[in-house]
Parts: sequence; C-alpha cells; structure tokens
Amino acid sequence: MRVLTAAIAIAAGFLILAGYFFPVFAPVQTLLLNWAIILAGAAALVGVLNLITVHWDKIRRREKSSGYSALLILGIMVAVLVFGIVRQPAIMHAMMNGIIIPAEAALMGLLIISLLYAAIRLLRRRADVMSIVFLITAALLILGSATLPFGNIPVLGTLIRPWVSGVLALGGARGILIGVALGALTTGLRVLFGADRPYGGN
Amino acid sequence: MMELISLGFIGASAFLLLIITLWKRKSPINFRDIPALARLYRTLGLSIEDGTRLHISLGSGGLLDARGGSALAGLAMLRHIAERTSVSDKPVVASAGDPAIGLLAQDTLQSGYHAANVDDLYVPTSGRVTGLSPFSYAAGAMNISQNENVSANIMIGHFGAEAALLADAADRANVTLIGASDDLAGQAALFASTQDALIGEELFAAGAYLGAGVSHRASLTLQDLLRWLVIIALLGGVAAKIVGVI
Repeated sequence: MRVLTAAIAIAAGFLILAGYFFPVFAPVQTLLLNWAIILAGAAALVGVLNLITVHWDKIRRREKSSGYSALLILGIMVAVLVFGIVRQPAIMHAMMNGIIIPAEAALMGLLIISLLYAAIRLLRRRADVMSIVFLITAALLILGSATLPFGNIPVLGTLIRPWVSGVLALGGARGILIGVALGALTTGLRVLFGADRPYGGN
Repeated sequence: MMELISLGFIGASAFLLLIITLWKRKSPINFRDIPALARLYRTLGLSIEDGTRLHISLGSGGLLDARGGSALAGLAMLRHIAERTSVSDKPVVASAGDPAIGLLAQDTLQSGYHAANVDDLYVPTSGRVTGLSPFSYAAGAMNISQNENVSANIMIGHFGAEAALLADAADRANVTLIGASDDLAGQAALFASTQDALIGEELFAAGAYLGAGVSHRASLTLQDLLRWLVIIALLGGVAAKIVGVI
C-alpha cells in the first residue's frame, strides 16, 4: 500500500511539473490540479469534523476550557444552519459583519499590543547588536511614516525612511526570500523523489 | 526562454541532489551552529524527561499554494519528532490551519509512531485543524499552548504577523518557543518574540539538524551550493551592468 501511495504521489508530482514546461502535459496537469482542488474541499469537511471531535472530547472529559469548546461547537452548528440550510443573505451578512469580522479585528488589535510588548521586551530577552539594529530601524520607520501633531519630521520622512525601506530593507527581504525559495525547492525535490513522504510512508 | 532556464535549474538541482545524497552517505556530519536548532534538540529530550507535551504548529499555509514548501518542511520535522518522542507520557500535538495539512499531520504522526513500534500510542486527535483563517488558526493554537501541559511550542510553517499572538501566549504560559516562518512579517514578529529566531532558509534546515536522514543533509548542502550560484549570478549581473554589457 505504501509503495502504491508513493508511486501515485511521485507520478502526480512529475506530471504536474512537466505540465509547466511541456504543453503536451498541460491537460493532464489541469486534470490533476482539479482533482486536488476537489480533494482539498473534501479535506476541509474532514478538518471541520476533526475540530468538532477534538472539542467534543474536551467537553466529555470536562477539561479546563471546555466551556469555550461548547461555544465553538454551538457556533459551528449555527453556521451550518445559517450558511448551509437557511441561506438568507441578510442573516449571513449579519453573522459576517457582527461576529466574524469584529472577532478578527479584535485579534488584529491584540496583535498590535503583542508586537509592542515583544519589542519592549526584546532587549531583555536578547541584548545583542541585531536586536538594537532591529529596534532602531523599527523606530525610524514608525517615526518616518506616522502622522504627528506637528507634521512630518523633515529628513526622517523624506530621506531616511524611504532609503531604509527601499534600499536596506528591500535588499535584505529579497535575500531572505531567495533563501526561502531555495529551501522550498530542495524540500519539493525531496518530496518529488519520495525521500520525504508526508502521506504515510516511512 | 525563461521556461528553459527554469527547467534547466530544476533539472540540475534534482541531479545535484541525487549526487550529493550518494556522496553524503559516507561523509561525516558537519553543521554550523544554529542556536535555535540546538535548543530544539535539547527541548525534545527535556519534554520526554519531565512528561510534558510538545506542540508543533504548522502554520496556516496550504498545500496547493506557494507556501506549501514550508508546510512540507514542518511535516518532515514532525515525522522525526513524533518518532523520537513516542516514548513520552504525553503525545505530540500538531496543529494546522489548512485541512489538507491537518490530514497529512495525522498521517505523519501515525507514521512516526509506527516507525517506533508503538502504534497503539497514536491518538488521532493529536493532529488538529484549529481554524481555517490565519487569525482563527492562531486563536485555536494559542489554546493548545496554554491548556494542554505543553512545555515547548515549535512553530515551523507559514505564519504572518499573527505569529506574535502565538508567541505571546507561549510566553505567558512559560512555554519554550522555537519559531520559523517563510513570511517576512512572520519572521519579524518571531525575531522580536523569541529568544533565538530562525531566519530565512534556516526553516528548512531543522530536519537535517535533528538527524532526519541523509536526504535532509544533502538538501542542506544543495541549498548552500545554489545560494553561492545565486550570489555569483547577482555579482556577475552587477559587473555586467557596470561594464555596460547589459
């Protein structure tokens, strides 16, 4: 069975890769990608079932945060009812605008505080040159782009901030992204050759 | 023309990976020191000793988009960690923000337990999908770090700025955090929030440092080799521009 799954994965990988370079493989590539999209849709259903199972287990075992788990399962049931069965646009919009968007916005707000707190604690956690450079750069960019009561800071907003973000930061970001791309390439090749099998092989 | 160059680059990389894999079978292991990965190695042993759980966060990247590479690197590490910590009282928990990655995480954990000959210790709910958007994923994963007797949270995958929320939750629960992301915003957040951050391609080195096998070591060498080629190409481009050839 494991040999079969590996053979299917490797063959599918090579056919999809070939589709990018040889037009003769393009229809096969499209077909395989369509199958993958359908399977990803089915996986989403399995993922929701997994979420329900995990939280149902927590409620059954009366764990510390089981109240939130009950709320989550209730939320999923209401969402299935509203988005899957009732399908009234007004109720759907109300749920989106009244619950989902505010919850995500609240998390975004918390994120700002978390980042600020992390920046304040950075030097206590790791007092080295890179941390100091990181904090000075962040402070320069914030001061250079913030709308201040007395107007923009002359040289900072017009000269230093564009140079730091457009030259130093952009160059560094490109270097990091090239490294990530090379890492992704070698990881992909390992999966393509069956050396890594995240689908159940040893 | 670009397609030919891309095909040549991928073909040459594949060929080199095969050659280096064969070469690395007999060569001694020699890595540069990466503090975060050394700490990860120590953390694995400590979690087994004190009977606590490890939480592997695989991020919100999907398998069908450009972020699949980091998720696959996370899964490769998960496989190795599951095998090494299979004797622990508390099984490893893996969380993902993409259903396909969540399913693969379950499969990977099962493989790890099978390789360690402890199939009966595998718990299907230890591979979880905690949310389908980046923030809902982070909210669900924060709950694991805070409430499930976790001693270390290892974040390897695609994380945006929401990584700071996970790091903050880990910090409040006194959980050791080791993080790596393929996203620049996520890397910046993790750099500010963790003791030793993994930057850029170091994300893909975790498997090799944990001793996941010769293919991981070979891919690390190939990464270094390709990086030097890119550097030479960039310098060549600059020189050609200065001279006026291009």
